[in-house]
Amino acid sequence: MNVVLAQIQSCTVNMIRIKCPYCGERDHSEFAYGGDASIKYPNLDASKEEWTEAIFFRENIRGFQKETWHHLNGCRMWLEVDRSTITHEIKSVKPCHPDLQKIMELKK
Amino acid sequence: MTKFNAWNVFKNGLNGQTGWSRQWRDPEPKENYDVIIIGGGLHGLATAYYLAKNHNIHNIAVLEKGWIGGGNAGRNTTIVRSNYMLPGNHEFYEHSLKLWENLSHELNYNVMFSQRAHVSLFHSPGAKDVNARRYNTMRLNGTDGELWDLDKLKKNIPHLNYNDARFPIMGAAVQPRAGNARHDSAVWGYARAADSLGVDIIQNCEVTGVTRQNGDIETIQTSRGNIKGKKVGFAVAGNTSRLWQMAGLGNLPIESHKLQAFVTESIKPFLDHVVVYGVGGAHFYISQSDKGSLVFGGDLDWYKSYAQRGNLPIVQDVAEAAMAILPSIGRLRLLRHWAGVMDMSMDGTFFICKTPISNLYLNAGWNYGGFKASPASGWYFADLIANEHPHKYIQNHHLERFEQGINLDERGAGPDPKLHG
Repeated sequence: MNVVLAQIQSCTVNMIRIKCPYCGERDHSEFAYGGDASIKYPNLDASKEEWTEAIFFRENIRGFQKETWHHLNGCRMWLEVDRSTITHEIKSVKPCHPDLQKIMELKK
Repeated sequence: MTKFNAWNVFKNGLNGQTGWSRQWRDPEPKENYDVIIIGGGLHGLATAYYLAKNHNIHNIAVLEKGWIGGGNAGRNTTIVRSNYMLPGNHEFYEHSLKLWENLSHELNYNVMFSQRAHVSLFHSPGAKDVNARRYNTMRLNGTDGELWDLDKLKKNIPHLNYNDARFPIMGAAVQPRAGNARHDSAVWGYARAADSLGVDIIQNCEVTGVTRQNGDIETIQTSRGNIKGKKVGFAVAGNTSRLWQMAGLGNLPIESHKLQAFVTESIKPFLDHVVVYGVGGAHFYISQSDKGSLVFGGDLDWYKSYAQRGNLPIVQDVAEAAMAILPSIGRLRLLRHWAGVMDMSMDGTFFICKTPISNLYLNAGWNYGGFKASPASGWYFADLIANEHPHKYIQNHHLERFEQGINLDERGAGPDPKLHG
């Protein structure tokens, strides 16, 4: 029961808080939700089926998923967030761009 | 089942209300069914009802993981309308509205359908033109629709904010035959009527797996044992993708998002219509229930989620929209507030279709608009399951429409599920 109460509290009383690697921890209302970050867009000359799958079809994970958020009212960077779609718990946040991620790691 | 009629009400008034029977049975699941419908919401129960009534198939099970009325059937804002424009959609929703008009008689259950008019405000000449086009298209197809100028609107709803609204109200697009119904009554009515035609409604029965043999679905594994069905229908909006993956079918053009709704304390009669306000990023719809509470809602929570609870920024957005057009409700307190999980499809339109599995049928992707659609959804889904061929109204409501480039995008919002409000 306490686990359920804690989950309800974490999702209703507290907002989702995203630790932006550049700006620090902020309310999710500063961010705009992008969508599924696992989508790989095919080459321009790929088949119709591949493009249909990439644009229109989603795994729609119930559990932890990689997704993009745009820090619209902050640094305006696109972030990749690993978040549970059941509890909204966030495991990790990193820049979407792999080179930026490398720079962040070098700095550490 | 005891029928509801004046004589039975009178008789039970004299014998201390002891003559009523259960609304529906609580059967143990059998081993075999002709049709298994997964999902005991409005759509699943309506499907079972019309399968039994229109197609004479009675060996049907409806599997519900919780209890009847505990999912999205109990989490909506009860608005019924048919102001759709695209071919297929408008005929479908108009049929649904016509079924609503006779539903209380049909089910012998008062669904409290109230055709109080759906009043959609507009705030600019451009919006007026867009509404005129949509409502004229509806009229050409036999659906009712009107444009109200400011004078008529003020006469009908005098207490909107006509004085200092940030977006001054110019008039409204109105569908007089639209309105609301009582959500619990609708789902209980369908459950009771389906049960009386022999349908087994099996509650607390969560599907845990799907077994296939030679490509077809053979057995549904549930928390109450294995059940075999010759044909299987999915009607589990919110969790369609999970079932789809259990059946080994991969991805769907659907994302699950949550939508909040709100109820205030009861007040005296205040609002006679369903009022919709949407401009400048706001989205707000409100009506007054028969108990006197104001029932209203707004946008999705803007991120994918299976949690049946809402976030705070949307509470603020909806409250701001409420104050923008109905400042007089500012001192009311909220009594209840909840969220339901929506199947948001990639073009904002639903799916009633056959699937890659020959004995599996799909009913999904209802976005915000599943409640009003439920009678027609059951009607045409039952027709598809019984006759193996989609009715012409739903011939394009299949999963291949994206590849074929015939998306049914009423809003023109593009392939982003959260934008199809």
